[in-house]
Amino acid sequence: MSRVINIAPITRIEGHASIAIKLDEKGNVADSKVHYQSLRGFEKFIEGKPAEEVPRIVNRICGICPWHHHMASNKAVDLCFGVTVPPAGRKLRELMQIISHGEDKILHFFFLAAPDFVMGPDADYGVRNVIGVAKAAPELATKAVQMRYKAKMILEKCSGKAIHPHAAVAGGFCKPLLEAERQEFLPQIRELLDFSLFTLGFAKAEVFPKYLDAVKVLGVINTGFIGTVDEQGALNVFGGNLRIMKPDGTFVEFDVQNYTDYIGEAVTPFSYGKYPYAKCWNEGFSLDIDNPKGIYRANCLARINVADKMATPHAQAELEEFRAAFGRPAQLTLLYHWARLIEDVYAYERAIELLEDPEITDTNVRAKVEPKAGRGVGCVEAPRGTLIHDYSTDDKGLITRANLIVGTTHNLGPIHMSVHQAARALIKDGEVNEGILNKIEMAVRAYDP
Amino acid sequence: MAVKVAEEWLNACSGCEISIVDLGERLLAVLDLVEFVHIPVLLDHKYYGQLGEGKHINIPEATVGIISGSIRNHEHLEVAEEMRRKCQIIIALGTCATHGGIPALANSYRNQEILDRYYHTETTDKVDEYPSEGIPHLLDSVYALDEKIKVDIYLPGCAPHPDQVFAALAGLLAGELPKLPDRSVCDQCPTIREGKGQVKQLRRFLEAPQYGAPDEPIDKMRCLLEQGFLCMGSVTKAGCGGDKIVPRCIAARVPCRGCYGPVQHDGNQLLQMLNALASNGIDIHSLPDYVSLLRFSGAHKLLRPGHKQKEA
Repeated sequence: MSRVINIAPITRIEGHASIAIKLDEKGNVADSKVHYQSLRGFEKFIEGKPAEEVPRIVNRICGICPWHHHMASNKAVDLCFGVTVPPAGRKLRELMQIISHGEDKILHFFFLAAPDFVMGPDADYGVRNVIGVAKAAPELATKAVQMRYKAKMILEKCSGKAIHPHAAVAGGFCKPLLEAERQEFLPQIRELLDFSLFTLGFAKAEVFPKYLDAVKVLGVINTGFIGTVDEQGALNVFGGNLRIMKPDGTFVEFDVQNYTDYIGEAVTPFSYGKYPYAKCWNEGFSLDIDNPKGIYRANCLARINVADKMATPHAQAELEEFRAAFGRPAQLTLLYHWARLIEDVYAYERAIELLEDPEITDTNVRAKVEPKAGRGVGCVEAPRGTLIHDYSTDDKGLITRANLIVGTTHNLGPIHMSVHQAARALIKDGEVNEGILNKIEMAVRAYDP
Repeated sequence: MAVKVAEEWLNACSGCEISIVDLGERLLAVLDLVEFVHIPVLLDHKYYGQLGEGKHINIPEATVGIISGSIRNHEHLEVAEEMRRKCQIIIALGTCATHGGIPALANSYRNQEILDRYYHTETTDKVDEYPSEGIPHLLDSVYALDEKIKVDIYLPGCAPHPDQVFAALAGLLAGELPKLPDRSVCDQCPTIREGKGQVKQLRRFLEAPQYGAPDEPIDKMRCLLEQGFLCMGSVTKAGCGGDKIVPRCIAARVPCRGCYGPVQHDGNQLLQMLNALASNGIDIHSLPDYVSLLRFSGAHKLLRPGHKQKEA
């Protein structure tokens, strides 16, 4: 008898989604759907609001990555108002964003993903969680909690508030960094860099080899990729040009101000979330895993695929090792976990560069701003992908129109496809157990949605 | 024996859950004292059974139920009701749960207007019908928790300070019902107030306030409202600074926008702020919009369709 399996909610992800798997008479997968359940309507309700207030509103889109919404939004507002941020203001913004990148990766790896690998995908759900990990490896868990807390406290101290920040302001940053603070933070960031190198080493020695078979099959799909690079083609999460890469590795590079020429968003009947796709490939949109159209992926694996190199030495060495093993572009979905830890290393290396730059304590951190009519597209690489805030303002500087493409949404199509691939491969003849269903969710968690 | 806790996030952003994680090492101590029986962000307990074959949402019984987020759709409502049935004490965690939070700005619009914009942006393909298959239908409005279920403890904040999350959990473990005092952000703000009447027009926050040298202590800075910037400290519940007390916006030399909601649970931040400004002789027409004064507390029918900019 045909039946439907509802995996609801998808757990250990940031957000609201469920999976419905339809089995046919023989108990094989006839169809599967990932339902994205949230719709809040920020695009509408920021209309009419003073633009300089919006970075303090849209950060509430996501409590894990509020800094990235805050930064993309501030960039868009600066462009609407035609203001140039002083160098120290720009560097403080980047410092906050890069530290929050690093902190986020510790959170995902240890709190959300690790239970599947440390406790095993088939372990009982009562222990397959961060509490189980803390009991199984108390020293490691304590260290991870301490390190993440350290990063959060730097953010808190520098900005006043780490969750839903208000520190970036129209024209710059709220207050200068004091020399005493710089000296206090530098050794802490060096410690975080050491921990990121330790984590990656640990994962390469203890985690990835054990699961190499799963890495080769679970959720594997073939897609393009999107990410941001600097003028030298190196990965940059704070800004630069966008690249959209085809599955064969060829790519186009463009200014985000022209993003509407390159990215479209499809709508399906079964999800509030929209599905960005590569409009510039002129092939339309299809989620068919055997013949996908327009599908590209975002987030860490995508970023290291589109980048020619990493801008910092340890991260570059890791990228070379990764590329030697998996090629470019690397397509295996579970490699997101590996790529995430390479970016973690980059994050702290970049934070050290910024803190060692004498200009970062310059007291000129904010330009005075005049509200006016304009349009601006602000873009950063959020942990979960390329994040675009596009605003228009009227002559009072109030928002008249907003379009947002949020990092995770680029991966909604790919997640749907990876789930279908995993379900089809794992469910045979009606045989379903908790371990199988959890493995299907692992294909989702790799994307850290 | 460990206290059983169930946790849910509804129309939420996960910031409240991150504030729990931001307990740091205190989190490890908490995890020794509580047993989570349901918490989607950390634990794989499923609504419809672990094999996904159930027909109704089922959450295990718990002593304490923590809910973040407002109620926006039918599934949120169903989950909130199930949490109420299964938990002895319900904590509304964060300003979305207590007052609607930022997402309740949507209450200024009808659902149709929200959908029309979201599915007609410049990048979105044309569609004949909006999605509805296998996804929960929207309610007519964004509701605070206590508009739909009984709430025992309110812990507002966007996000709530980890110190209060910890104090609340520690209090509950000791058998006490925690409550934030009905004080305002101004009551805890160390900036210098010199008196009413000098500011007539408010300025938008488009330039830095005056505060002397970069390392000048906060208690040497003049009140931001008295410097002419809108600051909502007087109509906002205190607590954002946690045990360190100094309000977090003010610590960054940025004015308060009201993220802990009104001082009294049923207060109206918009009316109270306009009153406060008027009684200080400040021209309320110098504000660019009024709806933003309810940006954290638009549930409880305070924001309604038609409330767009200055129609208070």
